[in-house]
Amino acid sequence: MTPAIYRIDSRVEEFPGTCTVRISPESAGGARRCSAGQFNMLYAFGAGEVPISMSGLQGDGSYVHTIRIQGLVTRALHRLNEGDSLGVRGPFGCGWPMDKVAGRQLLVVAGGLGMAPLRPIVQALMAGSARPASVQLFYGARRPQEMLYAAEVEQWSRALKVVTTVDHADTGWPGQIGVITKPLGAASVDIENALVFLCGPEVMMRFCIQVLLAKGVATEAIYLSMERNMKCAIGHCGHCQWGPNFVCKDGPVFCYRDIRPWFDIRAL
Amino acid sequence: MQDFVLLAANLDRLIQALRAAGYQVMGPTLRDGAIVYDEIHAVGDLPQGWGDDQEKGRYRLKRRQDGAYFGYAAGPHSWKKFLQLPRRPVWQAQKTGHSMQITAAVETVPAMAFLGVRSCELHAIAAQDRVFVTDQYRNDSYSQRRAKLFTVAVNCTSAAATCFCTSMQTGPGVTLPCDLEMTEVIDGAEHFFLLRGGSADGEEILRQLPLSPATERHHRLAQDAVRRTAEQMAQGPRHFDSADLQALLYRNYDSPSWDQVADRCLSCANCTMACPTCFCSTVEDTTDLSGDHAERWERWDSCFTGDFSYISGGAVRADTRSRYRQWMTHKLATWYDQFGSSGCVGCGRCIAWCPVGIDITEEVQRIREAESG
Repeated sequence: MTPAIYRIDSRVEEFPGTCTVRISPESAGGARRCSAGQFNMLYAFGAGEVPISMSGLQGDGSYVHTIRIQGLVTRALHRLNEGDSLGVRGPFGCGWPMDKVAGRQLLVVAGGLGMAPLRPIVQALMAGSARPASVQLFYGARRPQEMLYAAEVEQWSRALKVVTTVDHADTGWPGQIGVITKPLGAASVDIENALVFLCGPEVMMRFCIQVLLAKGVATEAIYLSMERNMKCAIGHCGHCQWGPNFVCKDGPVFCYRDIRPWFDIRAL
Repeated sequence: MQDFVLLAANLDRLIQALRAAGYQVMGPTLRDGAIVYDEIHAVGDLPQGWGDDQEKGRYRLKRRQDGAYFGYAAGPHSWKKFLQLPRRPVWQAQKTGHSMQITAAVETVPAMAFLGVRSCELHAIAAQDRVFVTDQYRNDSYSQRRAKLFTVAVNCTSAAATCFCTSMQTGPGVTLPCDLEMTEVIDGAEHFFLLRGGSADGEEILRQLPLSPATERHHRLAQDAVRRTAEQMAQGPRHFDSADLQALLYRNYDSPSWDQVADRCLSCANCTMACPTCFCSTVEDTTDLSGDHAERWERWDSCFTGDFSYISGGAVRADTRSRYRQWMTHKLATWYDQFGSSGCVGCGRCIAWCPVGIDITEEVQRIREAESG
């Protein structure tokens, strides 16, 4: 499976080492349906490929991706400028269950870069689609400078209930300080009707799930996005195996009810 | 279905008929002190009169007195090296200014005939088919090779001490479709193959051979040879009941036996290379010195390597305990969830080729004993 060639239309540096790019196919007709929670394999010339989630849904054949420098490939991708090209395979995987949102009390819980695959959800809600009964966004980051989509989060907070926390703050930070589990634990949750979309570092998701279960949220109402090493994205290379699951094709978004036994096993 | 007798003296006619039909014939041959799979041009390439002696961490060739052509058990190679290539180009990329072109590697796919496929190996190929051909996505390289494949299966009449196909219900008699099925029979001075066509292509090859109809006696001799092999394994130390393996392993992710095996395991990946079903691969991306030409190659990979499970923040399976647990649990348990069958066919390669003699059947037993206290 060879990548299609895409060009960078726009590039925004979110904070040092992390950028968001919008990319379009070099030749027309390449547009493929994608949904929030899915991912693409992005290829930087000669450096390699990495899985990067959808950070926005354009509906016009272009993709939006947020890339943080983690290794050689992400460094090469981050170095690209507007007008540069990259290879794209995808979209792959199962996304967030948007068909379950209508009428529910939706809790979107993001930690750090975990905001990236959840951004299209919030954007869709802002645009009036999916019709949940209510929406709360909990977004934790390490420090104020490392909040993704800062201007947008500000906009969202006027329309939705948004709680932001940072681990370390400077003066002038208006939000809370500490981990996201604290405001999540304090939130009023209609346990019969709640639906949770969760993405962040595994340890953060672990603690959030503990809080949610303690509040009485049902395991089938919690969805989370998992990260594992992905090379092929189509269930052939074996790298992303996690118990019986291939994270690339069975996930990356899983219903907690289905993966609960595996989630609790370390070094799986 | 009509069975035929091909005298061993005429075995070369089969090889030449396959070659004349356009097949590249792959089969067993003697090399580097082992029976390996490679291209076969004539009957003289086959390891006639050779067998093997196998145990934990041990493989030695052994002379046979009966002149058998297929008197050996599974060796270090498996057929997967011809279907899922150990290393292959995937694509080439060329940089031009701000843009690039990516071109898929074009493979010349030969029509191959595998000569001497054991039943456990047919099951292994079927297991890889479920990964690369009939799963959600198709692997073109594998699928094209597989589609052109002709299989000459051999009912197994030579089990090694490391074999446990009877425990995994994959042998020793052939239980999956093939193009030709044969049984090698040596009875006193008599040496022949009982042959049966399994497909139209197989029947076509049969028509070109000097055959005689099989009699009741031929059938009985062939059945006896396979039955003796099954009995040998059933009485051996590696015979066990595999019916509850999946549940057993799912209950025992925290078994102390994982620590014990991790103390011995070198994480060397030999078992995964020798295994006929292990399918993991990785890719390597490189550029030439100009920096304008890049290539992607795929090669076999192993869940025993340190960077196999690497994600931002480090390897998920950082220690040998978790890697051995992943490998064995995948083979014997999670494979059922993923592909509806066991990932182990009982060929015993991982036992013989483990440099420290770790035996997957012993490890199953150890987990069982640890659980029952």
